[in-house]
Order: sequence, then C-alpha cells, then structure tokens
Amino acid sequence: MLGLGVDRLRADMNRLLAMLFHQGVLDEQFLQLQQLQDESSPNFVSEVVNIYFQESEKLLRNLRELLMDKEFSDYKKMGIHLNQFIGSSSSIGAKRLRNVCVAFRAASEQHNRTGCLRALELLEHDYCYLKNKLHELFQIEQQRILAAGVRYPIQQIN
Amino acid sequence: MSEKLDCLDHVLAVDDSPVDRKIIEHLLKISSCKVTAMDNGLKALQFLGLNEEDKSSSGGIDGLKVDMIITDYCMPGMTGYELLKKIKKSSILKDIPVVITSSENILERIDKCLEEGAEDFMLKPLKLSDVKRLKDYMMKDVGGVEESEINKRKLREPSDQPPSPPSLLTLMSSLSSPSLPLSSTSSFSAPSSPTLLDFPILKMNYSD
Repeated sequence: MLGLGVDRLRADMNRLLAMLFHQGVLDEQFLQLQQLQDESSPNFVSEVVNIYFQESEKLLRNLRELLMDKEFSDYKKMGIHLNQFIGSSSSIGAKRLRNVCVAFRAASEQHNRTGCLRALELLEHDYCYLKNKLHELFQIEQQRILAAGVRYPIQQIN
Repeated sequence: MSEKLDCLDHVLAVDDSPVDRKIIEHLLKISSCKVTAMDNGLKALQFLGLNEEDKSSSGGIDGLKVDMIITDYCMPGMTGYELLKKIKKSSILKDIPVVITSSENILERIDKCLEEGAEDFMLKPLKLSDVKRLKDYMMKDVGGVEESEINKRKLREPSDQPPSPPSLLTLMSSLSSPSLPLSSTSSFSAPSSPTLLDFPILKMNYSD
C-alpha cells in the first residue's frame, strides 16, 4: 500500500513539473538544481527557492514603489533591480519570469512608463503563479517522503 | 578527521546575489571544497588579508589560506573585474587563481578578464560540470593523493542516475517544446527579445 502511494505521488510531481516545463514557466536549470539535492542536503531546492522568493518579493516591492511615484524618472535604478531579478530567475530556472523581466527591461530602456506598468502587473501575476506551483510541488514531495517512510526535517515554506 | 579537512581546497566565492551564493556554495561543497562566501569585493579583500592600502595586514592567518577565488563580474561597488585587478596587483595574492562568473556572454568582458589574469570565465547559471572544471585550477597541490579519490566522494555527474525519478527526463524529451535551453550558453541568446505580447495568460487554478 505504501509503495502505491509513493508511486502515485511521484507521478503527480512529474505531471506538475512537465506542465510547468510545457508552459515555459521552468527550464532545465530547475532540473539541474534538483539533481544537486541528495541525502546530505535533502532540502537544497526548497532552500534556494525560498531565498529566491524573499529576494523577488523585495524586488517586486521596489519596482512597484518606483512606478507608483508620480515623479518617477529613475529608469536606471529600475534597470538595476531588473538585472538582479533576471539573474536570480535564470539561476533557479524560472524561465518565464526571466523573460518577462527582459521585456520589462526593454520597456524601461525606452522610458515607456505604461509599458513598464503593464510588465509589472504581468510579473506580479506570473510570480504568484510560480510561487503557488512550487509550493504545490514541495508539498507533494514532502508527502512522498513521508509515504516512503524516510525521516527528513520538514522545511517550513515561507 | 581534521587532516581530511586540510586536504580540501578552500574556495572564496564572491557574489552579491544570495541565490547565486547559495548555489555556488553547494556546488563547491559537493565537489569537496571548503567554501567561504562573501557578498562584496571589499569584504573579500579584507578576508584575504588586504587592507585599504592594498598592503597585507599584520598577523595574516595561515588557516584562512585560499586556493581559488570565484567572483561574479557584475557587483555593486567593486566589480569582479576590479577585484581581479587588485588581487593580481598584490604580491601576496597574485598567484591565487581567479575565476570570473557572469550571466552575460560579452566577448570584450571575457577578453579583458583573461588579459588581467583570470583563469577562466564561466557563464551563469553554473552547473556541476563547470565546478568540476575548476578543480584543475586549484592552487593546492594534492601531490601523491589521487585527486579523483577526493573528487569521487560526493560528486554526482548530471548524467548519472539522478535522485529524481528517471521517467521525468523522458517525459521532458517527449514534450514538443523547442524553447527549452539545453546549455548555459543559450540562456541569453534568444533570437529576438520577448515582448509583452508573447506571454499567454497563466490561469491560476486553485485545486482542492
């Protein structure tokens, strides 16, 4: 019975990952990170992703603050935030977010404020989507680990 | 087992991105390296024993000897390139191999880093195979001991059986998604920049 539970959960994880790949939300870099996870660092991926979430939320807040300011003109500063976001998204395989940021950066370089606002909305939306899906993924993985009867420290997802 | 720890290569990793620091730290640890991670060049120089006048500070700590420095190029304040120059100008540090990482594949940037004495230039996001290559540059001479013995201990080849289910990779290859980048160098070489029209709306379905 336990064996069946583990297989079903594994299939659920695969299905979710395949969907995220198919949608272009994640890319191969995410798989690379998964391969770096082992018994001595069983929470590596969720740890990296949590750091990414913290950094991203800070960047999103900064971007929104910049754009909400009626007197806004510091596109250079916005570019710096976006470069950071592009880099970290690329590092965890968050392909779609990275691409939205690249489009955002292009609008910023053109000093296109409307374009930037639209890009920010899209970025916020897609970020929420990614966060939900990765939480789902980590939940399934934790269930799978429990079902397999292996003891790991349960990582708190922020 | 302190003897074993002394055998480990000590790498100083410098990167202002917390995500990248976490990843490089892990990549180096599973490649049997001791890692010290810093978030800026100034702190890195202080750690290496250089004060602001680029003279070695009194009472250098032998135990903190570093076998390699890996630094990101783009950092606020002191860039990786500036850090590289300071290291190569220092009589006590110039022999430590320095590797530059960057998310951008810019030829002029690569050239000037190599000209300044960088050992290598690596494109982010870093993979395990990139870090394995670094072992060749390490300053520490593991004379007599089989390096492969140390490397084998916790090294996992990406081509080896991954801990994740094997069926996932076959699942991936069966998807007709032409946009999946398969190597780090393709990350930033999209034929055209995406515009906002390229993003179909992702529906949030909150199941259960």
